Amino acid sequence: MHSDAFDRYHHGHSLIHHIDPRVKVILTLALIVSNVMLPDGAWPAFTLMWLVLLILNRVSGLGFWFTFARSFIALPFALAAITVLFSPQGNSVLSIKILMWNLMISDYGLIHFASIVVRSWLSVQIAILLVATTQFPDIVHAFKHLHVPAILTTIIAFLYRYLFVLVDEVLRLLRAREARSAAASGSRSAGGVLWHAKVAGNMAGQLFLRSYERSDRIYNAMLARGYQGQMHTLNPHHYHLSDWLTLGASSILIIILQWIGRL
Amino acid sequence: MPISSSPIPVLPDSNGSVLSVKDLLFDYPDGHVALRGVSFTLKANDKVALVGPNGAGKSTLMLHLNGILQGKGLIEISGVRLTRNNLPAIRSMVGLVFQNPDDQLFSPTVFEDVAFGPLHMGLPEAEVRARVDAALEAVNMSAYRERLSHHLSVGEKKRIAIATVLSMKPQILILDEPSAGLDPRARRLLINLLRDLPISMLVSTHDMALVKELFTRTIVMDDGKIVADGITAKIMNDEKFLHEHGLEKP
Repeated sequence: MHSDAFDRYHHGHSLIHHIDPRVKVILTLALIVSNVMLPDGAWPAFTLMWLVLLILNRVSGLGFWFTFARSFIALPFALAAITVLFSPQGNSVLSIKILMWNLMISDYGLIHFASIVVRSWLSVQIAILLVATTQFPDIVHAFKHLHVPAILTTIIAFLYRYLFVLVDEVLRLLRAREARSAAASGSRSAGGVLWHAKVAGNMAGQLFLRSYERSDRIYNAMLARGYQGQMHTLNPHHYHLSDWLTLGASSILIIILQWIGRL
Repeated sequence: MPISSSPIPVLPDSNGSVLSVKDLLFDYPDGHVALRGVSFTLKANDKVALVGPNGAGKSTLMLHLNGILQGKGLIEISGVRLTRNNLPAIRSMVGLVFQNPDDQLFSPTVFEDVAFGPLHMGLPEAEVRARVDAALEAVNMSAYRERLSHHLSVGEKKRIAIATVLSMKPQILILDEPSAGLDPRARRLLINLLRDLPISMLVSTHDMALVKELFTRTIVMDDGKIVADGITAKIMNDEKFLHEHGLEKP
């Protein structure tokens, strides 16, 4: 199997594709922090941020609605904030009676909740744009050059490299199970829920053992090529004038966003 | 061919042997005895096949040759005795290519994988880049420099795996099952590559046709011992002997 399905990178030659990955990682983080710092109900600032995102989508050559179309996947996570709807502050706009509880939704809670959802939705779009325009190894390099601890970047790099191998392994296990999940003609296949759970448990164990053994072999392959506990990589990135201009322009954008948000 | 050997300025006198193994013994922690006194020598530019049934001890022997496993006995690479203290130097002299290229190619990009060895040898950046280019050229994969390893076919991965050790300019290549899982065209490309590489190599394989075509000398292992070490054509003609050791005439 070619597990390209996981690769979110879309090859291109746009201005955004060519910005130094370190700059892109810093800007992604800065814009997310800026979103988080915007006060509740700063709708003009949220709108401006979204317009900027749409323009970036266009400039990156991915199409206006690229990040928008992919952003809804993260919305369910925003539901974790649903309890803020029932904040005791502010005026009641709606009350719901469930059994003996009387739940009140306040205007303050509503604005607070909507702001959280919009913030996370915008932040997810920024992150989607980053991974769609930057090769994953470049993102890991950027982390290294930004002094993220080596143990973390190494784990991320290995996870990325072997995610594909692991998924292949899982698919092979599932296929092997399918191939032997037979039933006599006219009857349902045997085995209850417990039995199926046991099979699934065995498969998970198998996967763990295979991964464990593979990690041993990979470690041997690393040792064979001189690994002594420290990962070394080359620095293939250099800042260009366009990177500095991007950093400058984005800093101004963040200041404007924060200013509009507090008007 | 851009790859040439001899990264070490002054080598001790090795009497012309690039690899020398004497009375190698090894048992696994569970008590299974894997090697029962293995001895052989490889001279410079020797290309030798290592055959034998599964469980004969071939892979265990290979893991000894650059010190990943350490049993009792003597191993010398170009006259340098393998000890715990000189493992980094030994590992730059012995290029070990594992059977599964997914184990060998652990970096996200081809470039990083081929650069891994030279970088860990502490070479300067310009030298690392030159070696990566030379190694990829030697396996005819220069165009794959920036590719992601997990997007390659098995045949491409195998050739890149060989480049990852060629970039260390080893004295000897040790390959485990290089032709396993390859389609006929990829296998042919690999055979041509192994034939053309100007370097000593020890190749463990079950592919008897490959052995017959490529190697004049064959070492046969069974049950942790070397049971034959001689001219390939002679060994291949002794069907009774081959059958006794779980092998087949190609």
